[in-house]
Amino acid sequence: MVAPTLDGLRLACTEVAEATADDTVDGVPARWVAWPRSTEEVSAVLRAATALGLRVVARGTGSRLSWGLPPTGLDLLVDTSRMTAVLAHAAGDLVVTTQAGLRMIDLQKQLGSHRQQLALDGSDTLGGTVGGTIATATSGPLRYRFGSVRDLLIGITVVLADGTVARSGGTVVKNVAGYDLGKLYTGSLGTLGVITEAVFRLHPLPEASRWIVSSAADVARAAAAVAAVRAAQHDPVALEVDRGAPGGSVTVGVAVEGVTKGIDARADAVASLLSGAAGMPATVIEHPPDWWGRAPYPPQGPGATVTCEPSGLTNLLATAPGALRGSAGAGVFAVGLDDSDRLDDELAQLRTITTRHGGSAVLRCASPHRKATLDVWGPVPALGLMRRLKDQFDPEHRLSPGRFVGGI
Amino acid sequence: MTTTYDGAGLGTLAAELTAVLGPAAVITDRQRLRTYECDGLAQYRVVPGLVVLPESAEQVAAVVKACAAAGVPFVARGSGTGLSGGALPHAEGVLIVTSRMHRILEVDPANERAIVEPGVINLHVTRAAAPQGWYFAPDPSSQQICSVGGNVAENSGGAHCLKYGFTTHHVLGAEVVTPDGELVWLGGTTRDVPGYDLLGAFVGSEGTLGIATKIVVRLLRDPESVRCLLAAFSGVDEAGAAVSAIIADGVTPAAVEMMDALAIEAAEAAVACGYPEGAGAVLIVELDGPAAEVEHTFAAVHRHCTGAGAFEIRVARDAAERALFWKGRRSAFAAVGRISPDYIVQDGVIPRTALPEVLRKIADLSTGTGVRVANVFHAGDGNLHPLVLFDEAKPGEAQAAEEVSGAILDLCIEHGGSITGEHGVGTDKARYMPRMFTAEDLDTMQRLRCAFDPAGVCNPGKVFPTPRLCGEVPGKHKGVHPLQAAGLAEQF
Repeated sequence: MVAPTLDGLRLACTEVAEATADDTVDGVPARWVAWPRSTEEVSAVLRAATALGLRVVARGTGSRLSWGLPPTGLDLLVDTSRMTAVLAHAAGDLVVTTQAGLRMIDLQKQLGSHRQQLALDGSDTLGGTVGGTIATATSGPLRYRFGSVRDLLIGITVVLADGTVARSGGTVVKNVAGYDLGKLYTGSLGTLGVITEAVFRLHPLPEASRWIVSSAADVARAAAAVAAVRAAQHDPVALEVDRGAPGGSVTVGVAVEGVTKGIDARADAVASLLSGAAGMPATVIEHPPDWWGRAPYPPQGPGATVTCEPSGLTNLLATAPGALRGSAGAGVFAVGLDDSDRLDDELAQLRTITTRHGGSAVLRCASPHRKATLDVWGPVPALGLMRRLKDQFDPEHRLSPGRFVGGI
Repeated sequence: MTTTYDGAGLGTLAAELTAVLGPAAVITDRQRLRTYECDGLAQYRVVPGLVVLPESAEQVAAVVKACAAAGVPFVARGSGTGLSGGALPHAEGVLIVTSRMHRILEVDPANERAIVEPGVINLHVTRAAAPQGWYFAPDPSSQQICSVGGNVAENSGGAHCLKYGFTTHHVLGAEVVTPDGELVWLGGTTRDVPGYDLLGAFVGSEGTLGIATKIVVRLLRDPESVRCLLAAFSGVDEAGAAVSAIIADGVTPAAVEMMDALAIEAAEAAVACGYPEGAGAVLIVELDGPAAEVEHTFAAVHRHCTGAGAFEIRVARDAAERALFWKGRRSAFAAVGRISPDYIVQDGVIPRTALPEVLRKIADLSTGTGVRVANVFHAGDGNLHPLVLFDEAKPGEAQAAEEVSGAILDLCIEHGGSITGEHGVGTDKARYMPRMFTAEDLDTMQRLRCAFDPAGVCNPGKVFPTPRLCGEVPGKHKGVHPLQAAGLAEQF
């Protein structure tokens, strides 16, 4: 059936080919690849895939296809790299509409020339596409002030498994008409449909930025410094911590943004607060430190995303295995773990700590053979509702099958 | 979507619920039921079949379970201040009123959160956190009486959402009774809870996906400095130009509010707010944040207002004066009662840059029909609240006002906006949904509803013009696929 399938796909999409050795998702090879150019073409491809009974994974740059679990089966990759247009940038309204395959770094460049930004940062985010960023819900230091993907996405166009094109939200920031489907697609790893277009709220680029960093004497001092920044009124855009191996020193980093005239006074005030609480001098710098926004593990992992309530920070810093870095402000961290048989224990240890503080630990990426024997997701509340949701959106379970929680 | 309920069925259900909740929490008396016949949108009235006043999540779950088992529809209601008929009762259904669930369970500034029951009044959250210097950001005009549960259902905004976002940005988690009576947690006390963001879908779902029984809200630290000015312009075009200049300068004010001449006239008549005489439009601009930042951006805002032609600018010297500026704005809806016996409060959104054009078209509509329209709006985010004036007693006026109000929504849609920015779709605007969304869009949204409420008993008839039958999976095995016709695919 190989040739007929390819012919069938060709009827739907101008650019299709048999997969090569590079066309894999977390080690699982695809059989065909389609490069649609528009929402309509994605819809045609998915209608054809329905008729042919194909299992489908959407791919942007492919940088985060190893997140979650490998698909339980894969026939067709829908590659969005031909969908890179900025469809509309209403600069005066601080809103942008793009196709899903646009690289985040290219989007930021275009917006930057208007002195605007999509307030999503971090190397994970900037390395991928708009669609990939939504599907994986990556975030960086700026989420402390501006929120994450879910908070900035104001409209979305998706194609469901059966080819249905659906849009929710709109192109205005304030809008409560209808269900906010964008939230469901954020972090869904491609299991509910293929994201084809997105609309984001933008923010002005600040005139000036400063980073204030201090290495705390110990974890208690580091946590105290974070708490002091929370309790103060300096309105930072980011509040980060960086800790190497357990027992190592902890760096606390704060970013402030604003008008040039006020920035130095504000940075100095933060520095004096930090040095007092951390027990070590604080430095004001005009560029982010080199660790800023970078996950403390290589792209292939193993790495985990952990969350905890603010009051759990001391304990997390003191006892979490691996290298830990992230937004102490938002309570979301990346942890680099050991690529050995100890991975299972380290993950369990992280879960013990974080669940004590209302949080969770999810293994983001690791080699497929390690993930095969691990509980990647940990406990998931309301899983029954999630399964029902999947059944409604993709009743035949052909989209990214098995990559998400509970085998979804 | 079966209709097995009838009067007799509700009688049985009333007895069953009385056994669970006690007689004081179940209302069956027709006169008392009438108290609940409408929410803040009084033009829609339906006397509920039964009203219950549960005091705990477990009681809500028991009520919902009983309703689900009996196939009886139910509607949740908080303070009943909604402006879209979202809490309009069902004549053969149960109205679940959450006002007795008004405990603030926890205020925890160190963890930047509070945990509240759904009946807690919005402003009470801020009051509880204020002594420690924290607040709950969503501030709808009704914040003195509206409930947090209602805010969650409607994804309420308020004047300050330009900078701080809506309810959805300030809720971390919720304990929810699902339409089949199960108690589940969506989200939690931390961000990025594993799995689908069901909390994000739940907030703003207008009571159609379940009933929140506990809500974890974010608290924000009070800003160090708040500065507010009131600028008077000869007309809305000049005021609109000032807003554009402020935004183009990269300033994100906490709030930018505008009122036109008719709205000012009403506010003066009602609360004597003492706005500058002869103003065709006033702008209230509020900035907050670190003093060193606010001081400089406030000077820029002042400059932009002058540059756009403000003939008078007043700067609030203290909190009392700031409150006075806001008094006129906050009273505007009710104040219109002073200049017109009846009025419709409309809620539409346009891209902010389309403001001058849309306001001109609204003025043309008004001139062409003779229907007066007062404009009050959140100018920073293009959220219009035109107040369409009429006199019920005069034949044809109500109808004409209704038509103008609808035409304003069409203008919003034409300009790429929305039919509602914060009041919700509810009962009132379900019929407008097909103007903004395709049948496929609406059908896809209802797939979400089917996942939560396959029986269609949870606040039925709201948001969507046509309910979807959940048993049917659309698009599947429908007709002959072109590939099959072409002989390329054999199996479906």
